[in-house]
Amino acid sequence: MLSESEPHFRQPLLKTPFHERARAVSQVDSFIPWAGYTTVDVFTTVEQEYFAIRNATTLYDLTPMVKYRIAGPGAMRYLNRLMTRDIAKLKPGRVAYGVWCNDGGHLIDDGTVFRLGETEYRLCTGERQLDWLLDSAVGFEVEISEVTQEIAALAVQGPTSCALLKTFGLAGVERLKPFELAHFLPPPSLGVAAIMVSRTGFTGDLGYELWMRPADAEAIWDGLMEAGHTRGIRPIGSRALNIARIEAGFLLPNFDFVSSERTLRLGTERSPLELGLGWLVDFQKGHFTGRRALLEEERRGPRRRLVGLDIEGTKPAHNALLYSDNSGKRQVGSVASATWSPTCKRNIALAMMDAPHIEPGLTVWAEIYLNRELVWERRMAQAKLVPRPFFTPERRRLTPPADC
Amino acid sequence: MGSNSSRRHDAIIVGAGHNGLVAACYLARAGLDVLVLERNTYVGGAAVSRQLYENFTYSNCSYVCSLLRTEIIRGLELPRFGLQIIPYEGGCTMMRNGDHLALYDNHDALRREIARHSKRDAEAYERYLRDMLRQCRFIKPLLLREPPDPTSFKPRDIMELLHLGKHFHGLGEERMYDTLRFWTMSCADFLDEYFESEIVKAHLAGSSIIGTALGPRSPGTAYVLLHHYMGSIDGTVGAWGFARGGMGAVTKALAASFEASGGTIRSGAPVNQVLVHNGRAIGVVLDGGEEIHAPVVVSNLDVRRTFLETMDTKDLPPDFVEQVRNFKIRGSSGKLNIALDGLPRFPAIPQGSPSTRGDMHVTDTMEMLERAYDDWKEGRWSRAPYIDMLIPSQIDPTMAPDGKHYMSVFVQYCPYRLAAGEWNAERRQAFGKTVIDTIAAHSPNFKDLILHAEIRTPWDIENEVGLTEGNIFQGELTFDQLLFNRPIPGYAQYRAPVRGMYLCGSSTHPGGGVMGAPGANAASAILRDLRKTQ
Ligand SMILES: Cc1cc2nc3c(=O)[nH]c(=O)nc-3n(C[C@H](O)[C@H](O)[C@H](O)COP(=O)(O)OP(=O)(O)OC[C@H]3O[C@@H](n4cnc5c(N)ncnc54)[C@H](O)[C@@H]3O)c2cc1C
Repeated sequence: MLSESEPHFRQPLLKTPFHERARAVSQVDSFIPWAGYTTVDVFTTVEQEYFAIRNATTLYDLTPMVKYRIAGPGAMRYLNRLMTRDIAKLKPGRVAYGVWCNDGGHLIDDGTVFRLGETEYRLCTGERQLDWLLDSAVGFEVEISEVTQEIAALAVQGPTSCALLKTFGLAGVERLKPFELAHFLPPPSLGVAAIMVSRTGFTGDLGYELWMRPADAEAIWDGLMEAGHTRGIRPIGSRALNIARIEAGFLLPNFDFVSSERTLRLGTERSPLELGLGWLVDFQKGHFTGRRALLEEERRGPRRRLVGLDIEGTKPAHNALLYSDNSGKRQVGSVASATWSPTCKRNIALAMMDAPHIEPGLTVWAEIYLNRELVWERRMAQAKLVPRPFFTPERRRLTPPADC
Repeated sequence: MGSNSSRRHDAIIVGAGHNGLVAACYLARAGLDVLVLERNTYVGGAAVSRQLYENFTYSNCSYVCSLLRTEIIRGLELPRFGLQIIPYEGGCTMMRNGDHLALYDNHDALRREIARHSKRDAEAYERYLRDMLRQCRFIKPLLLREPPDPTSFKPRDIMELLHLGKHFHGLGEERMYDTLRFWTMSCADFLDEYFESEIVKAHLAGSSIIGTALGPRSPGTAYVLLHHYMGSIDGTVGAWGFARGGMGAVTKALAASFEASGGTIRSGAPVNQVLVHNGRAIGVVLDGGEEIHAPVVVSNLDVRRTFLETMDTKDLPPDFVEQVRNFKIRGSSGKLNIALDGLPRFPAIPQGSPSTRGDMHVTDTMEMLERAYDDWKEGRWSRAPYIDMLIPSQIDPTMAPDGKHYMSVFVQYCPYRLAAGEWNAERRQAFGKTVIDTIAAHSPNFKDLILHAEIRTPWDIENEVGLTEGNIFQGELTFDQLLFNRPIPGYAQYRAPVRGMYLCGSSTHPGGGVMGAPGANAASAILRDLRKTQ
């Protein structure tokens, strides 16, 4: 565990295997902690990085994603009891997004499950929860261990990402369908082991995620930068990615929901039904943790719901309270994530709304504070409930991608 | 009445402990003429700083300021009167095998440190903290208020409290079941629900037995654990730490705040008897015979001392007196205050680690902690005691000369009554030696640095502070003596069974520690009664 030379009380955050490369190209020295690692917030400017996601190819270091190896004859049954969706349907070589809940039907976390073989899976999540995973494993023939530090991960995302990976030397990568995974041997000149590639990502665009040995991380980073230098490849930080993920309508823990393992106050937990993830809940598949509570919630209808908003003006509605009319008297919800969408040219947000107020096309009012050279103004902006995702380009699903 | 009779006051507070002073402050601020009478020549009770060795200041009894209610600090303007609370970081348990467990403030460093001992426990620690904080949030609203139904003397039952919780604090059923578990479970069983690593459990279990004549496997100790977390929920910066200048800074600020509102403190004035006439308290008599009159008498002393020693039991209902006699107030703690010529080395702690600037311990298994308790039951001090050891002078520069250090060592367990006979100077020294040897086992240069040591047994604490048997909380914090049961079932509202007579010390809800809540609650009960009679 303590592989670093510095003791942890001096340097609490770990460095990812890409850290030296990232530091070398970071222009603004903007690092943030993420799941125990120091990671890049911004390399150059958020704007340049964002447009590289939607126009070219980007590299994003996702090593800090918490990874668990779940293996054994009972692995599938275990995951099926843990998660709300039917994992029995997930074939080897496929990936699925899913969520898991506590007994009260409250969301603990979301993540992706990779089926690596008949009896071996990998679970990638935002937060550590070995404790919960082990508690849930009682009675199953399954072994669970955290492998975060054993695997380096790099997201390669953007419209030209497939072409770039081909140039890099991953022959046949263009045949990977969304949520499919395969192993590839990078060019022998790099002297690295085979890597796993999955067609997954957090941008809602064409993109892949590369999983490799930490020792190979720098060689692969260098190889990709080399292969992409004529195609405008760019490393990106979390700020640019956040804009893309809101456009794609993806949820971020601690912004759009707080894990029910962490909440202190009552009523701050969230259920998958409230978060619009009902499609991930399979009541037909047999028992799973939280089933009874979720059935009951479905019967009576969720108390609140995550919705997409399109807000007038261009000022993002960060933390805005939502009201039923512009008098600002009756609060009906609040904004969770907000951004100006540079691609859609819309002012978008994910917001939590009280259930009785929700109907498509409804208009509410967002209370936004404007900073006019330190003179603060309050504006009530009209916000329309709109479907999510806000941006979903065709190229996201096309196999093979157009330029491959 | 008496020949020595002096001026009348609106209220007399017996004892200038922090709770007596808090009550005095609130009453004075409400416009009453208040007199505080203190037996010692200095104020503070168990929240005191004294210089017993050249240029060193000791926090002689309490040493960590973590429970003092922010509402009180703010309401009585204690910062204006000199109180500064400064945070300290971290803490650790040194292990017999030369390793250690550190508790760092930094979340990531802490996770990696616990993971060194158990990966699973590192993550279970989050769940543990969450459950502690959830419970504190439940208990907190009950602290600065009287136990259920302030106007009635009817015994309260638990259903009523749960009802109160549900309806007044919007609590869910589940959390109330958890509350019941805290009150009834042992700390060992509780920690077993979270952790697998012995060292993690042993480190955390310390808080469950501090000041408590119970072992980690005794039911009820889970609550004591929680009691010690109470200070950490406010989320305000500087809520946990040292009072700058030692714990006496708290009572010094309180005394100054009180005098600024026109109150009077007389130290060196031991109260001998509370005067009762026609079922009403009318004043007190001092040891010298001087009588002082007031329609309100408030005792800062523990229940036993108040009713059995400063009152005539004939003035009290017999069943009440019986319950007072049975009130559990057993001494189980000792304390060493040590002046050091330099900073001791602790080889188990890595160079540069902040751990020496926090609370240090040496009990590395639950078994060792339980064995320490066994010694107490048999009437001797623990041969391998649990110690809570801090070196405040690393953070507070006012405690010791530059380069020298003040060390505070709280010791659990040490009995009030020894099986071998009365406490005397020789036995006190032997107790001190056990503690010093315990520390020296983890610090090779420790003994050479000792310039002076104040050794305090429960017997000393009783005699100097007036805490019966040296019990630091003025009564055990077990469920039969908490909330509506504290101090005496049916009399849990700061009011004694004699009109005009009140209690404001740690014997009352919500209990011991330098918290101030009993004093503040008592003052509001008194003011409410006065308003009613006017
Ligand atoms: C060794 C030790 C360590 C502790 N450590 C901590 C700690 O780190 N943190 C924490 O929060 N708490 C700690 N505590 C507990 C805490 O100090 C006490 O619970 C608290 O200070 C009690 O305050 P009080 O005002 O209720 O009573 P006391 O402080 O006991 O006040 C009673 C006062 O009454 C006076 N008195 C007694 N008899 C008479 C009489 N006949 N006439 C007039 N005056 C009289 C006494 O001299 C005393 O000043 C510790 C206690 C001890 C003993």
